[in-house]
Amino acid sequence: MAIDFSPIWISLKTALTATLLTFFFGIAAAWHVANYRGKLKGLVDGLLTLPMVLPPTVAGFFLLLIFGKYGPIGKILYALGIPVIFTWQATVIAATVVAFPLMYKTARAAFEQIDGNILNAARTLGVSEWNVFWRVSVPLARPGIAAGTVLAFARAMGEFGATLMVAGGIPGKTQTIPIAIFFAAEGGEMDKAMIWVLLITGISLIAMVLINYWTEYQHKSLTFSGRK
Amino acid sequence: MALYVDIKKKLPGFCLDVNFEAGTNTVGFLGASGSGKSMTLRCIAGIETPDSGIIELNGHILFDSAKGINLPIRKRRVGFLFQNYALFPNMTVEENIRFGLGSLSVSEQLKKVREMISVMHMEGLEKRYPSQLSGGQQQRAALARALVIDPEVLLLDEPLSALDEHLRDNMLKQMIETLSGYRGVTLFVTHNIEEAYRVCRDLVVLSSGKLEAKGNKESVFMNPPTIETAHITGCKNLSAAKLISSDEIEALDWGVILKVNKEDKKDIKYIGIRPYHIELAEDARDQNTINCWISYTGETPSRMTVYLSVGRKPSGNGEYQLQWEIPREKWEKVKAMQQPLSLKLDPDKLILI
Repeated sequence: MAIDFSPIWISLKTALTATLLTFFFGIAAAWHVANYRGKLKGLVDGLLTLPMVLPPTVAGFFLLLIFGKYGPIGKILYALGIPVIFTWQATVIAATVVAFPLMYKTARAAFEQIDGNILNAARTLGVSEWNVFWRVSVPLARPGIAAGTVLAFARAMGEFGATLMVAGGIPGKTQTIPIAIFFAAEGGEMDKAMIWVLLITGISLIAMVLINYWTEYQHKSLTFSGRK
Repeated sequence: MALYVDIKKKLPGFCLDVNFEAGTNTVGFLGASGSGKSMTLRCIAGIETPDSGIIELNGHILFDSAKGINLPIRKRRVGFLFQNYALFPNMTVEENIRFGLGSLSVSEQLKKVREMISVMHMEGLEKRYPSQLSGGQQQRAALARALVIDPEVLLLDEPLSALDEHLRDNMLKQMIETLSGYRGVTLFVTHNIEEAYRVCRDLVVLSSGKLEAKGNKESVFMNPPTIETAHITGCKNLSAAKLISSDEIEALDWGVILKVNKEDKKDIKYIGIRPYHIELAEDARDQNTINCWISYTGETPSRMTVYLSVGRKPSGNGEYQLQWEIPREKWEKVKAMQQPLSLKLDPDKLILI
């Protein structure tokens, strides 16, 4: 049984890139929504959370509309000679979009849990909003941000539906592990599918466990048990 | 140094409407919880925005609704001590105090921090995190952090309410000492009458967002201008009153006629006396001596509160007209006395509203 191991690298590369992107976009969105006091908060939050509740195929369909040859962004990218659909970039976009709400939701909850007085105290000390965000909010929201990152990574790693729609399952190019499993199982190659299943289970579990220990360690160094 | 505040803000349940000036004397804000005291401080700091009005500090405008000025918090040069201290839990004491000194050189920052640590008697605690400090130490660290940036106004929002009773007295003493070295405007919010009286020279009394009294603390306590002020400053005995001759007033709720010797008695609606101002009469024929029966009593370790029925035996369902506060030793004597007790309401101590 000859196995092409490229799905491992494609999956890892995709999941890591998508996690990196959701990390920044998710935190930025979470911070802005957490501080937003207007009437549109419910709507904005709904839109940002939508990819989490929609079937991945629906998310994929929207992405096809947006990034397709005639889509608003796709048109521009095609004109610039950067096709998106059925490329590796498409796997990243799909994974980012579906993983984003997890990062956003968890980070926002973490930001909103911070005592408003602490942020106001920072502001009375004359520092800029950026400093309040960077030196106070982010460190205090760190456990939540870490949890969001873990969830986003897991979701990106497991992404299937939207990826299949916008990136297809081109072996060696856009075929991630979940897609490889699907094709292997469909083609009756159950042994091959099993290897991928065990692999992705292992990778996900190791990632979770490592991040959990790291969070715990961080948490311990932040809040001290006992006095003195 | 002067702060001028004249603001209105609609809040759930009531409308905050205050105007006052403050100089270098510490001004106490007294009022029940939810009366708008903290909200006033938050408006001055810029944390909340008033609906209309003006806030001016040492000649520059912090807020002016007519001119559309609303300085952001960081530009107001305001020191704020929060009720829960709001220290940065991820920073040590030293880092907390240094936080607002970013514009200075590192050596200057460290020098200022060292000075502050010594003023606050916090040597040895520099490297501790807030979670490793006691309540009193946290309060001092927060005060140090607020003072180190040389704010033009210091806003203290119930700074002692989170402390244990036995710590409070000590912290209060220390705070008075620290504040005496501070040159700016200080506003001290509290619902504790004794704290306000000890720390402040001037008082502002608030009730449901409305300014009930302002001025020197002695005059606010001696001559409360409104019945709410009397309540808030601890005058527990209040009765509707009617002027019946040039120097006599009938206290309608107590059913007695009392002599008063206050100049301006034109428009008196209420009469009151503080529980600790009631005395035992030496002679039953003394001025303003009334007969009282003890309805029931309440005790604290050092004092007794005696609930009195005026002029008749209490019916036994807890009714009373006057509260009388006396030290316990005195109570031992009073307990043995025959009822009714002859009690004197000194005309000088009567509060007329």
